[in-house]
Amino acid sequence: MTTVLDISRVSKRFGDNLANDDISLSLKEGEIIALLGENGAGKTTLMSILFGHYVPDTGRIVIHGRELPPGRPREAIRAGVGMVHQHFSLAPNLTVIENIMTGTQKLWALRSSTNAARTKLLSISDRFGLKVDPDERLGDLSVGEQQRVELLKALFNDARILILDEPTAVLTNIEAERLFSTLKEMARQGLSVIFISHKLDEVMAAADRIVVLRGGRMVAERLQSETSKAELAELMVGHRVSRPVREPSTPGAVVLKGVGITSRVGGVDRLKSINFQLSEGEVLGIIGVSGNGQAPLAALLSGVLSRTAGDLILFGKNVGNLDVADVVAADIGRIPEDRNKEGAIGEMAIWENVVLERLPAFSRAGMVDRKAGMTFAREIIDAFDVRGGAPRSRTRLLSGGNMQKLILGRNLQQRPRILIAAQPARGLDEGAVAAVHARILEARRQGTAVLLISEDLDEVIALADRIQAIVDGRLSPPVDAGDVDARRLGLMMAGDWSETPTETRHAP
Amino acid sequence: MRLERREHRPVYLLVGSPIAAVVSALLLAGILIAIAGAPVLEAYRRILIGAFGSRLSATETLTRATPLILTGLAAATAFRARLWNIGAEGQFYVGAIAVAACGSNMLAGLPGPILIPALLLIGAVAGMVLILIPLWLRLRFSVDEVVTSLLINFIALLFVSMLINGVLKDPMAFGWPQSQSVVDHAMLPKLVARSRLHIGLLIAIVLAVIVHFLQTRTVFGMQSRAAGLSPQGAAFAGVPLTRTLVKVACLSGGLAGLAGAIEVLGVKGYVTTDLSPGFGYSGIVVAMLANLNPLGVVLAALFTATMFVGADGMSRSLAIPTYIADVTVALSLLTMLVALFFTQYRIRR
Repeated sequence: MTTVLDISRVSKRFGDNLANDDISLSLKEGEIIALLGENGAGKTTLMSILFGHYVPDTGRIVIHGRELPPGRPREAIRAGVGMVHQHFSLAPNLTVIENIMTGTQKLWALRSSTNAARTKLLSISDRFGLKVDPDERLGDLSVGEQQRVELLKALFNDARILILDEPTAVLTNIEAERLFSTLKEMARQGLSVIFISHKLDEVMAAADRIVVLRGGRMVAERLQSETSKAELAELMVGHRVSRPVREPSTPGAVVLKGVGITSRVGGVDRLKSINFQLSEGEVLGIIGVSGNGQAPLAALLSGVLSRTAGDLILFGKNVGNLDVADVVAADIGRIPEDRNKEGAIGEMAIWENVVLERLPAFSRAGMVDRKAGMTFAREIIDAFDVRGGAPRSRTRLLSGGNMQKLILGRNLQQRPRILIAAQPARGLDEGAVAAVHARILEARRQGTAVLLISEDLDEVIALADRIQAIVDGRLSPPVDAGDVDARRLGLMMAGDWSETPTETRHAP
Repeated sequence: MRLERREHRPVYLLVGSPIAAVVSALLLAGILIAIAGAPVLEAYRRILIGAFGSRLSATETLTRATPLILTGLAAATAFRARLWNIGAEGQFYVGAIAVAACGSNMLAGLPGPILIPALLLIGAVAGMVLILIPLWLRLRFSVDEVVTSLLINFIALLFVSMLINGVLKDPMAFGWPQSQSVVDHAMLPKLVARSRLHIGLLIAIVLAVIVHFLQTRTVFGMQSRAAGLSPQGAAFAGVPLTRTLVKVACLSGGLAGLAGAIEVLGVKGYVTTDLSPGFGYSGIVVAMLANLNPLGVVLAALFTATMFVGADGMSRSLAIPTYIADVTVALSLLTMLVALFFTQYRIRR
């Protein structure tokens, strides 16, 4: 088999972050490669370099023996590279055939060549078994069908190398199976495929060769026949189960318990009968690859999403759907995942952001108690070392780390009984991360029950006493953070928790 | 050269930018006046004389400013919460016609001190009812209220036209389409004798102060601002978005309806379809000129009224079209938008 694509020694740095570190990879004709890795491992960056969206700092890309000029998507398309993005780049108001022809015609052409295009499309769709109606409006198609159109569009442009970025993220299981059988058929006919994934099952099922990335580096390359899910999980997660020294938790009474909680958003169950329980003075870490239900779980416990089934037991009492006011009144602190969109309103003053969610406490007869608000803001700024702003200055002026300290402060200053922290250190620099972690551990020491939802395994390992994984809206049984290893965490995140023993210490 | 977001907005910029905007609008309009063949400074002097040169003209300018303050407040309160109420014109007319209907026969028997507040309230409520239609469409079906509130203006105006050609038509008006007049004791007391200036001006100014207080000091003000700046952030902080929006809409529609009511009770006593020379739309300009600040609205309304009233005088003595007033006000809106931009950004080379 001939080599069709050769990526050699590619590096790419974004600021302080080395997204790709000296990666080399080759692809043969008729081969399917899976790029496996956690969030932020550098998979998408590498593929974007290949497709010309990014210019690499060093390294080169050779296709069919010819070097590809960097940063030129059009050249990549001409060389036969087709990319199917995770979020489709199709126009919902156009028909299938129009979408596929977009960008292939000359702007000044007098006649459109729809008929020729239609014939070509139908022959491609016949050849690979990709059935679509060319005249259907794209917006009327299901997500799986839209992806098929993306694939057809790539093939229409005579792609010989197909790149798919997390192709199954939006598909149902049946659609995913169908997709992989199509990909295999394409490979049989001589096309080459690279797909990005973090799902061990599909990687094992569909790929000939698996390349594992971690922290921007290529850590392993395995033939499918010579590896196992367990090995891949370990490779993906890495050997970093080193817990920092800290006092053992002394969990007290159970303060929050969820039994069979299901939450339906837009006709889809985003949380599926999950069980968890949280005690005073402990940190429960929820790990998982992004988009598996972390956001709805955090939203549910923050009072902005309601549940469709299941019981929530708060301080021993079965409670109905909580709104934000209930949650705040129950002494539950909330750190949202997106501090810029949800955590704070940039154009409002710091003191306003601090009191906005506690207006009942900071107002009398409908009037905001500005003085008390300013004092509270001043207290938080002093106690949590928020730099770069006074109570009256606009919150937007704060750096990410200081804004997060402010959000932490507004929740922790009044010693909450429960803290829901979603990705509390995401996007912060080292110093700010350490400060945020220290605060969370301090709250735990003071008896706060902390639910930590994080995609950063290091963070969960550093902070959590028990760990559950969230996969496709389901929660794994909890494991003791003291006796997990990389392999088990990897398997838990991949949804394979058969080996996971139900925890004994705080069994529900 | 590049644009950079300012970290702080110094006070001198916030105060200076509207002034700079008005001055540059006057300079730009000056070019047009020169092209029209008139001496520019003389023209502006005539405008000032026309607007404030006599007792009559000064009261006339203030009379004209009164509805503009109210429609300006209507736009400013809504825009602050990112509710794009373009329907002040329609709300103005339904407020006016409701007052004319109730004040001419139904409630006419009530004594003045009860009748006037009741009629003002009725006008405000009519404005609220009208804005609830586009609001409901937005909340229920996510229909853009820019379009619906604008289009409802025409429906409202045609509805008013139908009433004053039909059931509410004044039989004593020699066939002119105008509504029956409200009873005399329903008319607002005059502020200055032998002029058209009425206490509506005071009502408008007091309301501007009240709205300012509402926005800066109350829970409602903070919540509506939060909802406007970041719906997602506000929702996370527990701001009831729908309820806040309904309250904002009622305030905005109420103010516009009140503007119509006050115009009827203060000036004319009856409704015609030219009761408003675009007060509702000019209110948007006034609100933007004021950078949505309720106290600034009073000044912006005064400026706009000055231009419109003064331009008549200028036009008569210098034979320049009065449209120069429209042009100047429109230019000042544009220059204000530029000035606002520079309060947020600076140019760096």
